[in-house]
Order: sequence, then structure tokens, then C-alpha cells
Amino acid sequence: MKRGLSGFNIAALVVGFGFLYLPIVLLVVYSFNASRLVTVWGGFSTRWYASLFRNEQLLDAIWVTFRVGLISATIATVLGTLAAIALVRARRFRGRTLFSGMVFAPLVMPEVILGLSLLLLFVSLGLPRGFWTVTVSHATITMCYASVVIQARLAAFDRQLEEAAQDLGCPPIKAFFLVTLPNIAPAVAAAWMLAFTLSLDDLVIASFTSGPGATTLPMRIYSQVRLGVSPEINAVSTLLIGLVATGVIAVYLFQMRRKTED
Amino acid sequence: MTERSRPRLNIGAVRSTFAPWTDPTAKPLVRFEKVVKRFDGETAVNGVSLDIYPGEFFALLGPSGCGKTTLMRLLAGFETPDEGRVLLAGEDLAGKRPHERPVNMMFQSYALFPHLSVERNIAFGLKQQGMAKDEIAARVDEMLSLVRLDGLAKRKPHQLSGGQRQRVALARAIAPRPKMLLLDEPLAALDKKLREETQFELMALQQQLGMTFLIVTHDQEEAMVTADRIAVMRAGQIVQMGRPADVYEAPNSRYVADFIGDVNIFEGKAEHADGVTVRMASAESPQGFDIVEDDKIEIGATAWLAVRPEKIQVHLDEPPPGPNRLAGKVADIGYLGDWTTYLVELESGRTIRAARANASRFVDRPVDWDDQVWLTFARDAGVVLTQ
Repeated sequence: MKRGLSGFNIAALVVGFGFLYLPIVLLVVYSFNASRLVTVWGGFSTRWYASLFRNEQLLDAIWVTFRVGLISATIATVLGTLAAIALVRARRFRGRTLFSGMVFAPLVMPEVILGLSLLLLFVSLGLPRGFWTVTVSHATITMCYASVVIQARLAAFDRQLEEAAQDLGCPPIKAFFLVTLPNIAPAVAAAWMLAFTLSLDDLVIASFTSGPGATTLPMRIYSQVRLGVSPEINAVSTLLIGLVATGVIAVYLFQMRRKTED
Repeated sequence: MTERSRPRLNIGAVRSTFAPWTDPTAKPLVRFEKVVKRFDGETAVNGVSLDIYPGEFFALLGPSGCGKTTLMRLLAGFETPDEGRVLLAGEDLAGKRPHERPVNMMFQSYALFPHLSVERNIAFGLKQQGMAKDEIAARVDEMLSLVRLDGLAKRKPHQLSGGQRQRVALARAIAPRPKMLLLDEPLAALDKKLREETQFELMALQQQLGMTFLIVTHDQEEAMVTADRIAVMRAGQIVQMGRPADVYEAPNSRYVADFIGDVNIFEGKAEHADGVTVRMASAESPQGFDIVEDDKIEIGATAWLAVRPEKIQVHLDEPPPGPNRLAGKVADIGYLGDWTTYLVELESGRTIRAARANASRFVDRPVDWDDQVWLTFARDAGVVLTQ
């Protein structure tokens, strides 16, 4: 077998990666455009980054998005862990199939319908829409993703470890925190990250469930783009990409270090 | 056996006089009273009553699914009995959860905490007891040297070999000084050589600590070597209980005879008895069998004679006619080094196992395949079984 790359392979790689990353590269490049026109290159500049930090509306949206993400991801992870425990541990309880089906339903349910039903719920409850309704909605949606991730890890976890802890004098709840949780921690962290990311880039649910004063970044970007693309949007998107990439690389390096330590 | 030095205990001297189960005033440490446990309608433990005495090394022996592990888990508190009681030092354990019971278990999978180092694994139970830090450190050191793991305190379980992991599991279970140690198939994952070595170490450790051990195993050799008493289980019940030699030499049923060691079983009918010898007629041997008188034997009833392979002699020259004599051809030879097993096919088509210790390195004429041989055994070599 030939070890090098054939012409076809190289072409496939270029086209594939180009398809994936060209739009992103363009976005990043144009965030350094001196010109106000998004499609015309007017020389290198960081002026949009400077103006970004003076754009109160955008900064506010970033702050809202992060708070929503942090809180909803945490709620989703806790609830997802509990749901995963119920589904993995209690092998036979009444309505188990129904419960597991219902936990996963939001995975396949169209987002528009979820958003609409949440909106109707909040309206009928008479809840004013704002920060907390978005947060709760995000927690609801991302919980099932978190539960799927944690459930996979928990199913592979040797239950005898918990029994061993109890046998050595540890009450069940304490055994969970001392033995089970440290062992499923990577999955819990991954679930949290996933929930956070999902919340970060959600537009549909947020549009339905948010209210005045709680505009998230995707909502802000979307509404600004409708009025005309500003290079500031490019700048904020570039910062987001940088942040996510840093996160991914940090997690990777952390895991590599753990592996070599072992 | 190991040559590494350790204060040698004369286990034999302790053991030969140790028999609290014969003493009616002795108080058992553990008592199972007519314990029944069912899982989804299937009975895993079916009315087991059992006493285990302080300082005893007790083995539950049986094939998988016989209920032996369930019995142990009932004692550890991971299962609750449907009927009957489990008592520890006279106290009913009902309602006590696993973490409230002063017994520790060594799991078959070892169940070491993968995220904790060896020393923190061993310290786990001590921390739960609320022991002081320096005391814990001292106890952990003591345990590490007891199981010869000095220097490995900082390792994680996955950096250890199978044998080392087994030792950590053992150290972790005995560190809190439980009233009793439960061992669930403790040596099943080790290779043969290490297993044999560890059997002797377990015995020495048990004597040294003066702790009561309950071992669950499907390996008859493991049970025979280590235990003071063995309970042979079948389908949720104890079918025989006694010292290893008693169970081996005087099994009370064909099941036990067959389960522990190899055995040849001959079906026959007791014909007459003269007070010393019983004559048994059998299709297998034209002259029948002569057996030492035994009050179990009922004249005219079907009985089974169980003879262990090592109690059968193989002759190349025809012995004088008489009872306890079988003729056949060598069908197969299993040479094990220390022992040779001969599979002899009788004229009836039955195959009989005979074993011979290879006491000398060379024999004048070794028994060979297809040789015509005669098998004999003594009057007291066999056991008569009525069930």
C-alpha cells in the first residue's frame, strides 16, 4: 500500500477542509478589515475590535449569553446526572421506557416546536419573559444531551466500586460523591461543556423565550445582520472562535497530560 | 511455596486441635438461620442454616449459580433475606446496611478505586471510621508490609500487576480490622502458580491476624487447601459440611463425590453382610465388590460405590480372581508429571479412572496404550452412597 497521499486524496482534503473552514477564515480575515464595507478589503486594522468594546449593546449581549450558558449548563448537568442515574441504576421501574423516551425526545424534536411550546407555557403561567426564562429553557433542552453523555459513562462504571465503598463503612450518598463522581467526572465535565456550547449558540429557543433586557449574543448578531453586516460582528465572532478553540485545546492538553502521568 | 521470609506459623499444630463446631458451648460468630433468598421467583438460597466460629477459615464451595455468593452478600448486607435471620456475634443483622456492618469483603473483581493510589485505597475504610491521620498512616504502612507491597504506596491500581492488585484488595479489606473477612473468589483471576502460593499466604495471614475468614469459591482445591471446614452447596442448599478430608473421603452423595475430585461410581445392590464385609453385586464386576460394613447399607437396595482414582491399583499381570477386580484396556494416559492418570476401558465399555503417583523417575515397564490391565482396590477404598 502506498503510504503517501495521492493526488485525489489531497484534492479531497483541500475541498473538504475548504468547505468547512473557508467561510470561517473569511470571517476572521474581514474582522481585520479597515473598510466599513464587509466585502471590500481596505487594509489591515483592529479598529472594529476597539469599537466592539465601546458597543454597549454587544457587550451586554455577551454578558447575558455567558450568564445564561453558565447557569443553564450547571442546571442541565445536575439534572442530567440524576436522570442518567435513574436510567442506568433502576433497571426496572414502572414507566422506565416512557421516562427514557421522554428524556431523549428533545434530541429529535424540532427546535421551533420546543421554543413555541416553552413560550406558550410561560405565557399561560403569566411569567414575564427575560433572563430566567431563557436560562430555564436552555437547561431543559440541554439536559437530555448531558444525560446521554453521562449515561454512557455511568453504564460502563463498575457498580461494585460503590458496593466496596459501602462495605468499607461509607454511607450510599457519600459513596456516590467519593467514588462514583470522581470516576464519571470526565463525562460530567464533557456534558457541562456540551450544554454550555449548545446554550451559547442557540438562537431559536432564545428568540422564543427571551424578553426585553435579555438579548443573547446570537440574537443580537442576527438582528444586526438584518440591518446590514457590520465588521464589528466579524470581530465578536472571531473572539468567540478564539475562545472556543482555546477551550478545546486546553481540554486536549489536559487530557494528554493526564495520560502521560498515568 | 514462597521462600520470602515471614515468621512461620505452624498452621498444622493450630489447625489439628481447632474444632469449635464440636463444642456445644462454643458461640458462633456468624449464624445463618433457615435463610431463604429469592430473585424474581427463583430461589437462590433455600433454607440455609450455618454456624461459623471465631477464628475459623470457612469455605463455601459450589458451582456457579449455587447460591454461595448470594449467601455471602446476605452477610455483607447487599441482599436482605426473604426468610430467616443472619446473626453476627448473636446480634440480628436485619435492618443494618452494608456500611453499618463490621464485616469487610474482598470482591472478585477486587473493586479497587481507580482514582485513588494504593495507600488511599487502603486508607479508605479507616477514614470512614474517623481514625486520626497519623494512625491511618501507621496502619497503612503496616498493611503494606503485611501484604509485601512496600514501595508501591503511591501507585494507581492500573499500574499494578494482577497479583499486586489482589494484595491491595486484601489489605484494604483487612485494614479496618473487621470482625470477619469475606472473600469472593479471591484467587480466581490469578495464574495457577501464584494462586497456589497465595492460598498458603492467605492461611498464614488468617492465623496471624486471628480473623475469621469466609471464602466463596468454585475451585475445590482452593477450598480444600485453605479451609478448616467446607460447605458444599447445590441449588441454594448446603449438601455437605465438614473438614476437607471428611468431605473428600466420606462424601454423603454422588453429587459431592463427583464435585470434589475425580471419582469412579459403580452402581450395584448389596447382597449379604457378615458383620465385617458387605458383598455388593454389580454389572461392572463379575465377582462383585467387597466393602467394609457400614450401617448405611441396606440389603437389597440400590447403592453406589464411589472409588477415587488414586485408590485404584493398576496391574499388568493378572491378579488372583476375587472381588474388587476389574479387567480392561488402557484407552488413554494423562501424564501430569507428579501423577499419571490411566483411563481404562472395561469390557462393558465403561471407562474407569486410575491414578498413580510417579514416585520414581523410571519404571521397568510403564503401562502403555492398549495394554491389557487389571484394576483392584481395597475393601475400605470405596464409599457407599445411597443418594
